[in-house]
Amino acid sequence: MTDNTLEIPLLLTKLEANLRQQIKQRKLINPIMIGVHSGGAWVAEHLHQQLAIEEPLGLMDISFYRDDFSQCGMNPQVKPCQLPAHMEGRDIILIDDVFYTGRTVRAGLNEIFDYGRPNQVVLGVLIERDGRQVPLQPDCSGCSITLPPGQRIKLTGPAPLGIHIQSFPTESDD
Amino acid sequence: MSKIHISNGHIIDPANNIDKTGSVYLADGKIVAVHTSETNGFDFTADKTIDASSQFVSPGFIDLSVRLRDPGQSYKGTLLSETSAAAAAGVTSLCLPPDTRPVIDTQAVVELIHDKAEKAHYNNVFPIAALTQGLAGSELSSMYALKEAGCIAVSNADVPFSSLLVLRRAMEYACSHDLLVIYHPDIPSLSNNGCANEGAFATRYGLPSIPEASESIAVAQCLELAELTGCRLHFSQISSKRSAIKIQQAKKYGLKVSADVAIHQLHLTENDIEPFNSAYHVLPPFRTDKDKLQLRESLANGTINAICSDHQPHDLDAKLGAFPETEPGVSSLETLLPLMLKLVKDNAITLSQGVAALTYKPARILNIQSGSLSSGLPADLCIFDTEQHWEISQDNWKSAGRNTPYWGETMKGRVTKTIQAGKIIHSL
Amino acid sequence: MTNIQLNQNGKLKHFLSIDGLNEPILTEILNTAESFTSMSKQQVKKVPLLRGKTIVNLFFENSTRTRTTFELAATRLSADVLSLNIATSATSKGESLLDTIHNLEAMHVDMFVVRHAISGAGHFIAQNTAPHISVINAGDGQHAHPTQAMLDMFTIRQYKQDFKPLKVAIIGDILHSRVARSQIQALNVLGVKEIRVIAPKTLLPSHVESLGVVVYNNLEEGLAGVDVVIMLRLQKERMTAALLPSEREYFKCFGLTEARLKLAKPDAIVMHPGPINRGVEMESSIADGPQSVILQQVSNGIAVRMAIMSLTMQHNGVAQ
Repeated sequence: MTDNTLEIPLLLTKLEANLRQQIKQRKLINPIMIGVHSGGAWVAEHLHQQLAIEEPLGLMDISFYRDDFSQCGMNPQVKPCQLPAHMEGRDIILIDDVFYTGRTVRAGLNEIFDYGRPNQVVLGVLIERDGRQVPLQPDCSGCSITLPPGQRIKLTGPAPLGIHIQSFPTESDD
Repeated sequence: MSKIHISNGHIIDPANNIDKTGSVYLADGKIVAVHTSETNGFDFTADKTIDASSQFVSPGFIDLSVRLRDPGQSYKGTLLSETSAAAAAGVTSLCLPPDTRPVIDTQAVVELIHDKAEKAHYNNVFPIAALTQGLAGSELSSMYALKEAGCIAVSNADVPFSSLLVLRRAMEYACSHDLLVIYHPDIPSLSNNGCANEGAFATRYGLPSIPEASESIAVAQCLELAELTGCRLHFSQISSKRSAIKIQQAKKYGLKVSADVAIHQLHLTENDIEPFNSAYHVLPPFRTDKDKLQLRESLANGTINAICSDHQPHDLDAKLGAFPETEPGVSSLETLLPLMLKLVKDNAITLSQGVAALTYKPARILNIQSGSLSSGLPADLCIFDTEQHWEISQDNWKSAGRNTPYWGETMKGRVTKTIQAGKIIHSL
Repeated sequence: MTNIQLNQNGKLKHFLSIDGLNEPILTEILNTAESFTSMSKQQVKKVPLLRGKTIVNLFFENSTRTRTTFELAATRLSADVLSLNIATSATSKGESLLDTIHNLEAMHVDMFVVRHAISGAGHFIAQNTAPHISVINAGDGQHAHPTQAMLDMFTIRQYKQDFKPLKVAIIGDILHSRVARSQIQALNVLGVKEIRVIAPKTLLPSHVESLGVVVYNNLEEGLAGVDVVIMLRLQKERMTAALLPSEREYFKCFGLTEARLKLAKPDAIVMHPGPINRGVEMESSIADGPQSVILQQVSNGIAVRMAIMSLTMQHNGVAQ
C-alpha cells in the first residue's frame, strides 16, 4: 500500500457510506456519536455533520482507561470528556482514526459501559490496519491496509487533516 | 615497667612551648624527659623504641565530656567499648558526666565506675558528681563524700534546677569544698523541648526551636551566681555567640570562669543539617554561621578554654524516628582529632592552640597533673599522623554508637598510637 | 529534599513537601487535577487508574475532613482504601512507627497517606519504607501540608489564571501552620508577585522573611490591594499559653470584616483551609459571601489529591 491511496476525502466518503449502511442494517435509532480524542474526534466532527446526527457529538479521552498506566504513566494532557449524561439503553456510534491493536477501542468500550449499559455499539474507523492484539474489529472503515513492521500510521489535524506514517524501532501501543 | 623511647616525632607540647622534632623518654609509667635538637644528648637504654617520624607526638588528650553509657545504658555503649573508642581517639583522660543510671550521687556508683574502668584496663576515667541528688534539681548531693570517693567536679549534666535558689546553694556548697562546678546552661521554659536552633532552618522545616537566649540567659544567671558565691565555674558545651561574649566579659571582669565547646559545634551550623537527618540532632543545636565564627574566635582568643568531644553514643533505635522524636547526641570521640586538625586547616587556630585546648587547658580546668610532657607527669601521650586519610565505617570505628553526621565520610588525620601511664592502649 | 521525593527520572515518587519541587512539577499536578475535575462533573465518578492498588491512610492525628477527602480520592481512582486512626500519646509508646509501617508493608500495600503530629514523620516513613511504596504527606507537625497547598493553588488558578501578577496575603497563626509554610513555598515557586504574612508577632516564626514573604503586623496595611486573601485557622489546640490574650482581641485586630475586605482589590478572593472559626477569623457574612471560594477549595481537594496520587504511583510497576 502506498500513500497515494490514502487520501483523506476519499477515506471519509467511504467511511460515511459504510456507516449509513450500518445505521440501516443495525437499525440504529437516534444514535449518539462519540469520537475518541484526538484523531477520532476530528473524524467524528466531520461525520456528525455529514450524517446530520441529531444528538450532540460526544468526545472521549480514554487516557484514564488505558491498560498501560503501570508501564507508561499518566498522559500529561488529558482532554476533557464531553459525554451525554444518560447512555443507558442508547445506540452508540464510536469513531476513531486508526484501528491497530484494539486496546484503544477496549478502553473506549470500558469507559462507555461505565456510563451506562448501551443498547449497542457500532465501531467506525477511518483506517483499519494489521496488528490486532485483542479480539475486536471495526464494523466499518474507510480502508483496510497492511503496513511493514515497525511502521505506525497517525492522523494529523485538525485542519487540514493529514496522514503521517512513522517508523518505530520497537512496537508501540496505539 | 618498660622504658620507651619515642623518636623522630614532631613534638607538640604547648604547656612547655615545645613545637619541634625530637625524642620523648618514658619509664615506669612516667615521662622522664623530652629532648629536641636544642638540648643535649641523653643516656637512655630503651626497652622499646617507637619511631614517630612524619608524625606528631603530643600529650594524651583530656576530654571534658564523654558519655560511656555505663552504668545503666549498655544498649548504647559500655565502658569497654567507649574507652576503646577513647583510646583510638588519643584520649588518655576522660570525664564522665553524672547522668549515668544510677546517677553519680553515691560513693557506690563511683566505686562501680572505677571497678569497671580497671577491668577495661583504662585508667583516668574521672567521674563528675551530680550537683543535686538524683539530678532532680532540688536537694544537694553529698558532694564532699563524692569528692573523697574520687569525683573531680560537680555538674548538673544537662538537667535543669528547680529554682535559682537551689542553684545558688549548690554552687555555694560546692565552693566550700573547693569543687569545680560544671554547668550546662539552658532555660527549659525557653528551650521548650525544641530540637533545632530558632532561626531560618527551624522555620522552614517547622521544627520546634530553641532560641539562643535560652543558653545565654542561663549563662548570665550563672555568672551572677558565680560572683555571688565565689565558686569556680565551668560552662559545658557553649553553642552561641551571645554566650561566648558574656563569658568573655566575665573573664575580663575577673571571674573564675572557664568554658568548653563541643568539637562538632565548631564545624557545623543549621545550614549543614540534612533536613530531617537525625544524625544532626544535637543539644545544644547547631546554630548559625555567626555563632560558629564567634565560637572559633573565642577559642582562638582563649575565651573558650577547651575543646571536648561531647561524646554521646546511641543505639540505632534512638535515632530512628521523625527528627524531633529522636534522641539528641553525636558519637564524636573518634572524630575529635581530624576535626581539630580541620580547624587548623581552616586557619581558625594553630595546631599548638588546638593541642592546648585538648591537653593542658582541660587539665588546668580540672586541676589535675596532666596534659603536658613535663618530667614526672604520667606518661599519657598520643602519636598522630596528620596526613592519613581514613573512612568512617564499621571497620574503623570502635564506639558502639554510629550516630555521627560524618558516617561514611573520609577524614584526614588519625591517631596511630595512644599511651596511657606508659602502656600502649591503642595502636593501629 | 529533592532526592527523596523524586525518582531517578526526576518524576514524583513521594509527595512530602513543596520544598524542593520546581514549577514544571507543580504545574503538572495542577493540569492533571484539571482533567480530574471535568471528570468529577460526570455521572460516573470513577476511573480505573489505580485499580488493584491498596492505599493506606495512616492518620496519627485525628482529622475527619482530610481523611475523607483522601478516601474519596482513592476510591474514585478505583483503588482499595484502608484507613487507620492511630492515637498517639507522648506517654504510651506502643508500637513504634517503623513497626507499624513494616507490618502494613507485609500486607502488600502500595501507598501510605500519612498525617502525624511530628514534623518530619513523612520523610522518615518515606526513607524507611519498601522501595515500591509511595508516601503522601497529609500534614506533619508544623512542617508541611503540601496537598492542601496544591488545592489552594488550583483554586487560585481557577479564579485568577495567571500567578505572576498576584499579591497574596496569608493571615493568622503562621507560627504553627504547616499549611502556611507549604502555601508560601508553592506561591514562590509559581512566581507570584508578592506574598504577605499578616499576624501579631507572637504568631510569626523567627526569620519568617527567609521564607520569601513580606511581614505586616497591621491587617489594614497588609490587605491593601491584594488579590488573594488566605485566612488561617486560629489553632486553639496547638496554642500554648501566652500567645494571644483572647479570641476577641484577635478578631478586633486581625479578623476579616466586610470593611477590611474592601481594602483588598474588588475582585479579591477569600480562602480558608477550614474549618472556619466564625467570628474569630472572619465575619460569617464573608464566609458565605460572594468573594469566598472556600467551598470551591473543598471540592477541588478531591481532584487535586487524585492527581497527586496518580502521579506518584505512575511508575510504581516500572523497574527503576
